[in-house]
Amino acid sequence: MGATDAPPLIEVRDLRKVFSLGDVEVEALRGVSTDIALGEFVAIMGASGSGKSTFMNLLGCLDTPTSGTVRLAGNDLSELSSDERAELRNREIGFVFQSYNLIPRMSAQENVELPLTYADVSLAEQRDRARSALAAVGLADRMDHQPNQLSGGQQQRVAIARSLINEPSLLLADEPTGNLDSKTSHEIMQTFERLNRDHDVAVVLVTHEESIARTANRILRFRDGQIIGDEIP
Amino acid sequence: MKLLRLAFVSALRALRRNVLRAGLTVIGISIGVGAVITMVGIGQGAGQSLQNSIRALGRNLVVVVPGSQTSSGVRTGSGGINTLTTQDAQAILRDIAAVVDVTVVRRGVAQVVYGNRNWSTFVQGTTPAFERVMNSPVDEGSFFSERDLRTGARVVVLGRTVVDELFGVGADAIGAVVRVGGVPFRVVGVLRAKGQTPWGQDRDDLMVIPFTTAERRVLGTPFPGRVDQIMASAASDDEVIPVSRQIETLLRERHRIGIGEENDFQVRTLEALINTAKATTDVMTAVLMSISSISLLVGGIGIMNILLVSVTERTREIGIRMAVGAKRRHILVQFLVEAIVLSTIGGLIGVAGGLGTTWLIALFVGWPALTPVFAVIGAVLFSASVGVFFGFYPARRAASLDPIAALRFE
Repeated sequence: MGATDAPPLIEVRDLRKVFSLGDVEVEALRGVSTDIALGEFVAIMGASGSGKSTFMNLLGCLDTPTSGTVRLAGNDLSELSSDERAELRNREIGFVFQSYNLIPRMSAQENVELPLTYADVSLAEQRDRARSALAAVGLADRMDHQPNQLSGGQQQRVAIARSLINEPSLLLADEPTGNLDSKTSHEIMQTFERLNRDHDVAVVLVTHEESIARTANRILRFRDGQIIGDEIP
Repeated sequence: MKLLRLAFVSALRALRRNVLRAGLTVIGISIGVGAVITMVGIGQGAGQSLQNSIRALGRNLVVVVPGSQTSSGVRTGSGGINTLTTQDAQAILRDIAAVVDVTVVRRGVAQVVYGNRNWSTFVQGTTPAFERVMNSPVDEGSFFSERDLRTGARVVVLGRTVVDELFGVGADAIGAVVRVGGVPFRVVGVLRAKGQTPWGQDRDDLMVIPFTTAERRVLGTPFPGRVDQIMASAASDDEVIPVSRQIETLLRERHRIGIGEENDFQVRTLEALINTAKATTDVMTAVLMSISSISLLVGGIGIMNILLVSVTERTREIGIRMAVGAKRRHILVQFLVEAIVLSTIGGLIGVAGGLGTTWLIALFVGWPALTPVFAVIGAVLFSASVGVFFGFYPARRAASLDPIAALRFE
């Protein structure tokens, strides 16, 4: 638990998001408030349509709220331009997806380098950092492999290396073990736990599986666009 | 800089990913650029060849011919009065600094006989300067000399056609004695063949004898020193027009023509002919070029099409790039660079192909292969801008994708 006197990493207040699908308006989030501190490991659970994906997209600066505020590292998301949100994503946030989302035909190393290509980092440093990030997830011998030459677990570890390359303060993982068998899932979760422990990074992880959620040190339960449970496993 | 470099690397990777598709797109642009380059080359070559054949008529030539005369309101045609003399020619050479050479011609038709063969041809009584002014060097033997001119020697320089007709094709005529209007002449030289004029006249069907000999023995003369034509060589191309004006002033003075009175001579240059030829070939080049630019347009649409496919195929990649921090302009630049790379490769191949085709055509037709450097540079730049123009819409489309939707795209 990261309960301290310092302002939390993420501050969410009365967050609402309405999608217009033609004439129909869908309220995906109806008044969500919570704080997440640096170094916390939060699992988010809920049925599909409960609003957890919308919540993740807002935390990840990929979307803007209809009303309410999300403050990430002191920045109010609704006040940022699209370019500023891109910079914030680049600097503060790492993404890990269920389907890995690596770029095909790019080597593992190039995939890991990708966030740095949009940051002010020299090519040499970019390469060095990508190599050590891959080594940190145990893929030192797979640097030049393309995604289709890697197993699911390996691809997800490349994705994790990519999400960490910019030393973000927030790591968002959207069902990162959804496509993996239980043994590999377990390994990936251990990686997350280790990262959370060793680096000063908050991990927010969406999952369907109670066993995976129990790895976290806090569980937020969503239903119908609201948080209905905030518990410590 | 780093971003451009990476955009370039990423563009090359994208092209490698589907070599066949990229290749076909490149071919579209190559054909367009190649067609434009070839057309410019052919146009320039044709124009130059036409100008060359006109220039071969003489070196920076200014020609003075007799003018018309008005008598009781009836105007004769040009040549109706002839007041031009060898003294006029000497004055032109002496008084006008930019004139480097001058020659005169006394012209007529005569029969020339060798053995049992005869041939009627143009006789030109002239001076040794004829060789230089009319760009008419001898191939065999030599031109007659100043001394021949002074003494009225009976020597003749034959045109190639005359040699062929009298002696047979390829025969040696030097030293032979022919009769011109019954007078024996020794053949001292044969003029280099000039071929036909652009309007089909045989420029080798003539013979050249000293002016004095022509006056006294072959053509006769109303008064000594009367000439049919004065030809002056200006020092350079640019001097032709000024020289023609100066000659006009000088001759008006010498012929005592008052202000407001009509000239009794005409000064002509080949510039008008050259300019007409140039204008014609320029129009032809422009027409050919605009037709061939259409294929460049089609190539551009090909690029646009391929990029739109590429954007759709790589929607997820765009989403990923945006999620890890790519700004919209980064995506825009990436796809624009891809379009520019495609079109520039096409442009370079097109230039190479176009130059090759021009060269081949020039080889067959016998034109100079001339493609101006600016056309080559212009074609490459233009093909790059085709890339920018046709790549912009797909690139904009990629850049304006919603990252969330792009990430979910299957």
